Amino acid sequence: MLLSRDAIQFSWQALSANTTRTFLMLLAMSIGVASVVILTALGEGARSYVTNEFSALGTNLVIVIPGKNETSGDNPTGLIGITERDLTIDDALAVSRHPKVTRIAPLNIGAAEVAWQSRKREVSVMGTSYEFQKIRQWKVAQGKFLPKIDLNRGSSVCVMGSELRNEIFGAHAALGQWLRIGDRRFRVIGILDSEGQSMGMNVGDSVFIPVASAQALFNVPALFRIFVEVKTREAIPKVITFIKKTIQERHQGVEDVTVITQDAILKTFDRILSALTYAVGGIAAISLFVAGILIMNVMLVTVSQRTNEIGLLKSLGASSNAILNLILIEAMLLSALGAIAGLILGQLGCWGIRSAFPQLPAYSPAWAIIASIMVALITGALFSLLPAKKAARLDPVIALSKR
Amino acid sequence: MIKLQNIQRNFQVGDQIVHALDDVNLTINDGEYVSVMGPSGSGKSTLLNLVGLLDSPSSGSYFLNDHNVTELDENEQAITRNQNIGFVFQVFHLIPRLTAAENIELPLVLAGIPESVRKARVHSALESMNLLDRAQHKPQELSGGQRQRVAIARATITEPSILLADEPTGNLDQKSGLNVIETLEQLNQRGITLIVVTHDAALGARSTRSIRMIDGRIESDTIDRKPGQPLGNSDVTLT
Repeated sequence: MLLSRDAIQFSWQALSANTTRTFLMLLAMSIGVASVVILTALGEGARSYVTNEFSALGTNLVIVIPGKNETSGDNPTGLIGITERDLTIDDALAVSRHPKVTRIAPLNIGAAEVAWQSRKREVSVMGTSYEFQKIRQWKVAQGKFLPKIDLNRGSSVCVMGSELRNEIFGAHAALGQWLRIGDRRFRVIGILDSEGQSMGMNVGDSVFIPVASAQALFNVPALFRIFVEVKTREAIPKVITFIKKTIQERHQGVEDVTVITQDAILKTFDRILSALTYAVGGIAAISLFVAGILIMNVMLVTVSQRTNEIGLLKSLGASSNAILNLILIEAMLLSALGAIAGLILGQLGCWGIRSAFPQLPAYSPAWAIIASIMVALITGALFSLLPAKKAARLDPVIALSKR
Repeated sequence: MIKLQNIQRNFQVGDQIVHALDDVNLTINDGEYVSVMGPSGSGKSTLLNLVGLLDSPSSGSYFLNDHNVTELDENEQAITRNQNIGFVFQVFHLIPRLTAAENIELPLVLAGIPESVRKARVHSALESMNLLDRAQHKPQELSGGQRQRVAIARATITEPSILLADEPTGNLDQKSGLNVIETLEQLNQRGITLIVVTHDAALGARSTRSIRMIDGRIESDTIDRKPGQPLGNSDVTLT
């Protein structure tokens, strides 16, 4: 029986004898593998990017949202919960009494016109507290963030996002100026760093004022969110229970808040983006099948071009199985070389993406690399079965007499 | 020993059945030098392919060294072919991408013989065919006569007992044709059974036994013992 080393060498000689054909096949297969590698790297990169953004929010974060997020028959508004009792600053203070809670920050959001001299702009106004900057881990470029004062006390100070600062003050110094927000005036005490961008909030285009001032400005006592930072990850479930219980007690026994964790949001995003990665990987794998069909075509042509040779091999004592193996080995060699070339091409592509977009960690996951190589080899083998069988079945007498 | 009994080989051509071999009975002893002649379509190539196990009879039995090889499966037939039968073709059938040495080596490769053994045998085959300086040349760099000698070296590298040649000089000029036929005859003198299919009467006349075929039947089978030329190692039996 044919030794496998000799079989591989024989196939290798056959491949290197026809460089154009071999090169084109390698190209097709390597593009397939490379696209799987690159597309999954993009998907993974996007996933890590989002994950990183979320951990930048602070890790052990619990967010309290007013309203019970549930679907019930007597709730005509449907999915979005409504509540009769507002979430208040006192609720926030009550929550902060748990020993595992390190920080809390209430948040109120409204839109108002800000103005300085003749410049005006409609922006989001966020009523919050000193702690908010610590929880969100924002940097202050100039001055300082909101002062550490009683949450129920207002103060006529504000902190601006850097973009807003540039638009309103331009070349003028902003610190110490009086900015008009709505119908009140606030002294600018700080500018947030432009790096302080955060998911879901356009910080640069916002202005921050103490929460009590915001309540007065918009004339609403209700809070939009309460951010709760928990000491340890393990304590999160206990704190959630505590929050629910405390607020329920304070709201006449009605559980009318939703508590979400950073983890839950992160997991959702993770699931979505992983699914996306699988999806693009799967789409890219189609190109591998196309490459497989190409291999089949080329091997069919090879078999008819080398009919004489196959007849000869049979006359020299090669069994049908040996012929089958030789053709399969040749196709597998093509697929394997194509897969290796594709891997190199793909890694180069990923490196290119990382160089162009440093914030996107485009590394192809191991499963994608293994899967793409496996798919390449399996399609190579599957699609060459037909030509190999055709070759094996050739009648040696007819094969030898073919011109 | 080759023994064909009531061999029938039929081909379907359209709705007609062609009898390429029609009730052929033939025994060829070891070491014989047989020429098979006859007009085109007389079945001489079919006979050669059948003896070489490239083709199977529609009916009848073929005994090779007292084994009924018609009963062997495809894989066993391939092994038998590899070990017992060498083919020499009119168009050489060398693989163009392989060197002369690699072409000669092929049957050993297919038999799974380790490389060290192969190299030594290929070397001595090249030596005996006077092709040592041509070992690393590709077929297109060789003359017709050299190509056929490479093909003969390949056919005999597994030391088969039977050498089948189908018009071995058909694509050669007279001088290299003669050289090739002498090479084949030397092998026959060393004991190999040589069966040559040819149109060439002069070539046919060199053999010690001439078979003439017409319409798939053996028309005549004559033993022509030439002076000074030894016959095979046993009696020729006509059946």
